[in-house]
Amino acid sequence: MADELTPRDQPEPPALAGETGGFTSQLPTKGWLGQMLAPVAGFGVTLSSMFKPTITEQYPFEKVPTKPRYHGRHQLNRYPDGLEKCIGCELCAWACPADAIYVEGADNTPDAQFSPGERYGRVYQINYLRCIFCGLCIEACPTRALTMTNDYELAGPTRRGLIYEKADLLAPMREGMLAAPHPMAPGTEDTDYYRGQVSGPAIEQVDWVAEWRPEDPTIDAARQQAEGSR
Amino acid sequence: MTTTTPAKGATSGALVPEVTFTIDDVEVSVPKGTLVIRAAEQIGIQIPRFCDHPLLKPAGACRQCLVEVATPDREGNLRAMPKPQASCTLEATPGMVVKTQRTSAVADKAQHGVMELLLINHPLDCPTCDKGGECPLQNQAMSNGRGTSRFVDVKRTYPKPLAISTAILLDRERCILCQRCTRFSNEIAGDQFIDLQLRGARQQIGTFDPAVLGFDGAGTASLFAGADGDGQPLTRAGGMPERDVLSGPAGPAETDTSGRPFASYFSGNTVQICPVGALTGASYRFRSRPFDLSSTPVIAEHDANGSAIRVDHRRGTVMRRLAGDDPVVNEEWITDKDRFAFTWQSAPDRLTTPLVRGEDGELREASWAEALTVAAEGLTTALDGSGVGVLPGGRLTLEDAYAYSKLARVALRTNDIDHRARPHSAEEESFLGHAVAGHGIDVTFADLERASGVLLVGYEPEDEGGVVFLRLRKGTLAGRTRVFSVAPFASRGLERLGATLLSAAPGTEPEVLDAITGRADGDLGAAAEALSGGLVLVGERLATVPGGLSAALRLAQRIGARLAWVPRRVGERAGIEAGTMPALLPGGRPVTDNAARVDLAAAWGVERLPATRGRDLSGILSAAAGGGLDALVVGGLDPADLPDPDLALRALDAAFVVSLEVRASAVTERADVVLPVAPPAEKPGTYLTWEGRPRPFPQALTSTALADQRVLHALAGRLGVDLGLGTLAATHAELDQLGGWDGARTPAPHAVYPEPPAPGAGQAVLATWHLLLDAGRCQDGEAFLAGTAPRPVARVGAELAARLGVTDGDQVTVSTEHGAITLPAVVTAMPDGVVWIPVNSPGSAVRPTLRVDAGAVVQVAAARPATDGDDA
Ligand code: SF4
Ligand code: SF4
Ligand code: SF4
Ligand code: FES
Repeated sequence: MADELTPRDQPEPPALAGETGGFTSQLPTKGWLGQMLAPVAGFGVTLSSMFKPTITEQYPFEKVPTKPRYHGRHQLNRYPDGLEKCIGCELCAWACPADAIYVEGADNTPDAQFSPGERYGRVYQINYLRCIFCGLCIEACPTRALTMTNDYELAGPTRRGLIYEKADLLAPMREGMLAAPHPMAPGTEDTDYYRGQVSGPAIEQVDWVAEWRPEDPTIDAARQQAEGSR
Repeated sequence: MTTTTPAKGATSGALVPEVTFTIDDVEVSVPKGTLVIRAAEQIGIQIPRFCDHPLLKPAGACRQCLVEVATPDREGNLRAMPKPQASCTLEATPGMVVKTQRTSAVADKAQHGVMELLLINHPLDCPTCDKGGECPLQNQAMSNGRGTSRFVDVKRTYPKPLAISTAILLDRERCILCQRCTRFSNEIAGDQFIDLQLRGARQQIGTFDPAVLGFDGAGTASLFAGADGDGQPLTRAGGMPERDVLSGPAGPAETDTSGRPFASYFSGNTVQICPVGALTGASYRFRSRPFDLSSTPVIAEHDANGSAIRVDHRRGTVMRRLAGDDPVVNEEWITDKDRFAFTWQSAPDRLTTPLVRGEDGELREASWAEALTVAAEGLTTALDGSGVGVLPGGRLTLEDAYAYSKLARVALRTNDIDHRARPHSAEEESFLGHAVAGHGIDVTFADLERASGVLLVGYEPEDEGGVVFLRLRKGTLAGRTRVFSVAPFASRGLERLGATLLSAAPGTEPEVLDAITGRADGDLGAAAEALSGGLVLVGERLATVPGGLSAALRLAQRIGARLAWVPRRVGERAGIEAGTMPALLPGGRPVTDNAARVDLAAAWGVERLPATRGRDLSGILSAAAGGGLDALVVGGLDPADLPDPDLALRALDAAFVVSLEVRASAVTERADVVLPVAPPAEKPGTYLTWEGRPRPFPQALTSTALADQRVLHALAGRLGVDLGLGTLAATHAELDQLGGWDGARTPAPHAVYPEPPAPGAGQAVLATWHLLLDAGRCQDGEAFLAGTAPRPVARVGAELAARLGVTDGDQVTVSTEHGAITLPAVVTAMPDGVVWIPVNSPGSAVRPTLRVDAGAVVQVAAARPATDGDDA
């Protein structure tokens, strides 16, 4: 073992101090005039900008819309019947280079079904003091539950307040959606949801919510929607 | 560690010849009989695999490990085998040429094909799957599979997950039929609770369906419907699809005494070895992902085996525990108790601040400074009065036990210290001082599977030992070991060891032991023959049998067997070595030996040590209850475990009590000062196994809780004594310096055994021991595990059952003048006039209710009203 040195063990040739060591600049060399003017060339930029129009955005008095694909605050989406898309798989947290996301999964139970299938995200937090808005979490999400909005107003006086909870991130209920938890649409499996085959609440789901949470504000609109689509 | 790691290939003693062959053009020499997949591992070549497991027999079930093989024929010409071969079932032969996926396109294509087939019906629901992130199927599908699927048809699906037991869930869609789980149940644990069923595409793992096999009262494996917030499994199943018809069963099931297909004590291991997410644990369901977890390798606190485990924690909360890989102790297996029972450490009744009993008689929160001062004042007063007794309890690390031992001798100037929080005897004390203390590692786990014969006395290897049982079973299955047991009946554990029962009613064990001689006929003679050069394992229960331990010593000497004492609790051996016993000082130094005391006093830097032997636990408690001791320092013990729980409570009420506890308990309720100490996950330390093997472990969780030794160090400081045990390092340095003791030992006990009790009409002799899963405080808060505990029953012999007029399932009442326990009867082959009930199971708390122990005469009667069949 000791007789032969592997290539790794052999000493490196000493670095040549003070030499460029074979380095050649890739920049084109300037002619003699260029070299003469180089010290004052910077003033040219300054002078020419004095004659360009000024652009000042009057934020926050005027809010300019962002580009449509701007990476803003996240949103946790819902299926048309109101069930959450997030299944608490933690893939977003895994993908996140800034460790900004914290997720805890939990069981969907017969009396508390929040998302299709077995699992839902019980705790979902994004720490906007950490997030760098890279969007890797969006790419990681297997159910398209997590997307980004164009909302860029993410500042606040406390650190705690910038940790957004699930309730802050959940997409608002659209008209006709039925608030979760409620059972999946009758006769469907989670894959039917993933394939987009559920287009709105079914009357059975509305009845279930009416029985267990009669005061739920989404019942009426959801019932209309369910009856309309019959 | 000098004892155990056997030299390579040395199991049979003879040198195994080597074979030389090539893998991927690398020449490798391995002992004959080595599998190709193992040889490849040795030179760092990874062949993908699922069913292969080094501790299970080769199965060749998954076909993922295919390689291209050529072997020389008789003339020496290399001939390629016509098809790729499974490397996990193929033994290396001389001159064989193996090409793995690294050098052979054929092997690579074969592996890709197998992977594609495995994935055809696989749901690939990794985002919901608990295995995601640590899944061999995920990993190998990436490394040895196609990037995209070509499968366009509808996948076979099953409703999921099935609850195999309350602790184990099965997702049949994800199963790749590798049979690791069933092979484990068969080959290692011996309790087949699941098996392969049906054929072809429908082939699946399943429980034995009672609907078809017709067990009485057994439930069909139901769909898991989630759990309540407090961990209670939900039983409601509204809104869930019905169980499908494809889950047909096959084969006979082994059932426990309640008629349910038996829930194994080792079932959690199948979750760990399942290479996919088909078997998952209910308590870890959806709780975290591998990247959330920090892992700390530690030692399990539940029994004297000191199994290596891994604690996985997330944000300061333990999420799960897995078996560690430790060939010298637990191999890769642990009991479900070691795996699942950890919630007790963070239970809601956990103590976090010191408590002091105020003027009003109520405990109130106090600062450490105040609590220690109050404790020291109380103890000082007691020292001026009639003294202090110390009861450390049987769950301590070596360091903590040593601190108790030193505190008692140096600061409290007494030998009234006893860690044995269980039935004990003076005979046992001599036995421990003579045959256990200071003996180092003698009998080891490896010896268990190599011995020609093993005799168990007062010891149930499965219920009271866990992994000891697995080692014994390994030896018996290999045909090396014969197991004999002196017990009233053959438990399921003994049956699975193929053990020979040397039937003994409680109290008659010494007679049976004395009858084991070479001249005896039948089983006794066979035992004598097998045991010469074998092992005698005695359990802590033998202390309740007068003359039992003396007879065991006699036997071992007579037939030339080695003797080992196997207690249940993890701290028993550490207590003995640290000298937390009335007549023992650290290292097995006898208290009554002048030289030993002088040696220790010099090491401890004190003038002299108390010279009279102290009182044992019962003596301490009687003294405290009767005013003979003014104060008690009590560690982690439960009065219900003590020989006389009522006496214990009276003693705790009468004396000034300083309690060092993790959780509020019957002791802290009565204590005057409560000092909270760290549970095992929050302190570093060293457990001693029953072998005497030190098992050091680091602190898993960040915590400000103090280990017992640090609290005792601070307490001694208030008493004006510097124990010098403020840190672990200081304790270790002191223990190292102290060293062993080679002077005189405690003499062996020579107790005579009295006539065994003769039960009259309506009476029976009580036999009783702990079940592995019972109502113990260290299993609190784990509903999933509790659901797999065997149902408590009363076992009676056929004659007694006939006299009582009961049959299986009828209620039987066992009573004394203090109380009664009623349990369903199970008629068992056992000596007449004996009744067995579990010590501490739900509905069967023997010591607090009956206030007697094994060997006592109790009343037995059929419970009225007679059962009419619907209340089983
Ligand atoms: S956008 Fe990037 S940094 Fe922000 S949460 Fe998602 S993955 Fe993390
Ligand atoms: S078993 Fe593995 S591959 Fe299958 S769903 Fe679970 S994580 Fe994914
Ligand atoms: S359940 Fe797991 S261990 Fe058992 S056969 Fe299926 S894949 Fe293998
Ligand atoms: S690992 Fe070889 S067939 Fe499964």
